[in-house]
Amino acid sequence: MVAYIIILTRLLVLIEREGDCLALDWTYIIKYLPQYEEALLLTLKLGVLGILLAAAVGLICAVIQYFHIRVLKQLVQAYIEIARNTPLLIQLFFLFYGLPKIGITLEAETAAIAGLGFLGGSYMAEAFRAGFEAVPTTQIEAGKSIGLSQLQLTRFVIFPQALSLSVPALGANCIFLLKETSLFSGIAILELMNTTRDLIGMYYKTNESLILLVAGYLIILLPLSLILTWLERRLRRAQFGN
Amino acid sequence: MLNSGIDVLFQGINLQRLLLGLWVTARIALISIILSFFFGILFGVLRTTGPKAVKVVLRLYLELFRIIPILVWLFVFYFVLPADFEINLSAEVVSILVFSLWGAAEMSDIVRGAVISLPVHQAESGKALGLSVWQLYRHVLIPQAMKRTLPPAINLATRLIKTTALLVMIGVIEVIKVGQQIIEQSSTEYPTAAFWVYAFIFVLYFIICYPLSAVSRRLERKWAA
Repeated sequence: MVAYIIILTRLLVLIEREGDCLALDWTYIIKYLPQYEEALLLTLKLGVLGILLAAAVGLICAVIQYFHIRVLKQLVQAYIEIARNTPLLIQLFFLFYGLPKIGITLEAETAAIAGLGFLGGSYMAEAFRAGFEAVPTTQIEAGKSIGLSQLQLTRFVIFPQALSLSVPALGANCIFLLKETSLFSGIAILELMNTTRDLIGMYYKTNESLILLVAGYLIILLPLSLILTWLERRLRRAQFGN
Repeated sequence: MLNSGIDVLFQGINLQRLLLGLWVTARIALISIILSFFFGILFGVLRTTGPKAVKVVLRLYLELFRIIPILVWLFVFYFVLPADFEINLSAEVVSILVFSLWGAAEMSDIVRGAVISLPVHQAESGKALGLSVWQLYRHVLIPQAMKRTLPPAINLATRLIKTTALLVMIGVIEVIKVGQQIIEQSSTEYPTAAFWVYAFIFVLYFIICYPLSAVSRRLERKWAA
């Protein structure tokens, strides 16, 4: 509370002598914009690859759980619990700093993608599983009664419905995982976060660097979040058959 | 070599140091959870009953904290407060501030979701009985919303605990930092130290978070009916 009041009074002082403190050094911003652009592209690249890996892992896990494949099901359950209940940063540190000590050396970017895939896989699995479980039993029974084989049933009845039902959760996971890419700065990858940290350390242009950082994330995440809201509304409308 | 590496954890006071580091992590998590639940419930109720302007501001605040990664928020607070406002808070206080702000935002959405998911006739019958807004919330809406709030609130708590791993990035001496110090000190004696120390911290987080998420899931299933 005290901190809030102090911030508020400071803000007032700041507004009074505006232009003094909040004035941005535009030459700095323009000079380092390309560096941020590069970092943004790297963030996107690693994020997208990690999400693709996560989706693949998640789908496989969800299928194993849905069809109750023995032994594998228990393994998947254990994997999901481990991945969901530990922080990504520790997973990354373990992959990047821990594993080389027992002879498995990963490059930073490989470790980043593997880490995001490991964490994301468990979230994606839950999203897909919820989709599978939401397919009404009447659909499956109807499919069986017209004589579809298990493969046909899965291919033409369960999959299309389950996948569209899990889209909102998958989208939310994509946003979540893209945000988690900020942790890649912990394993020496020059993405947005680390670029900012470097530049602040070198030039002390705190405001400019942080504004570029926040802008970078907004450029990635804001459109995605808007598309997702739209997609969710579309799907909901589709569900009611309008 | 693999078998001897794990000894690094029990060398000297290493284990004690790691657990002390864990205590720093736990303290920050605990204070943040308490603060975010308190303010989250307040904001959540305001988002269902407050004036329009308050609702808009709170929604904006939620979206801001949702869309920008927490690590970025930690950096913003850590660098901007001293540079522009001349407020020098320790990294620990900054992290409690950021986690509470984020937690309160997420909690407000959970509470709001729970309150508006209650059947409308509950609020309407309360009003018809002549209850004041305070009485309505105190005796009718909040007790019922509790059941729908608690499981996701526990989930939020585990997310907060997991996010404390980021503290190392703004220089809080918590469990990971202590781990790194131990790795550096013993790297000649135990070349595999990094593997074992990170594995140990991995297990520590799992031991704390797993029971919480298990409880949350059980409550959810129990109260789903």
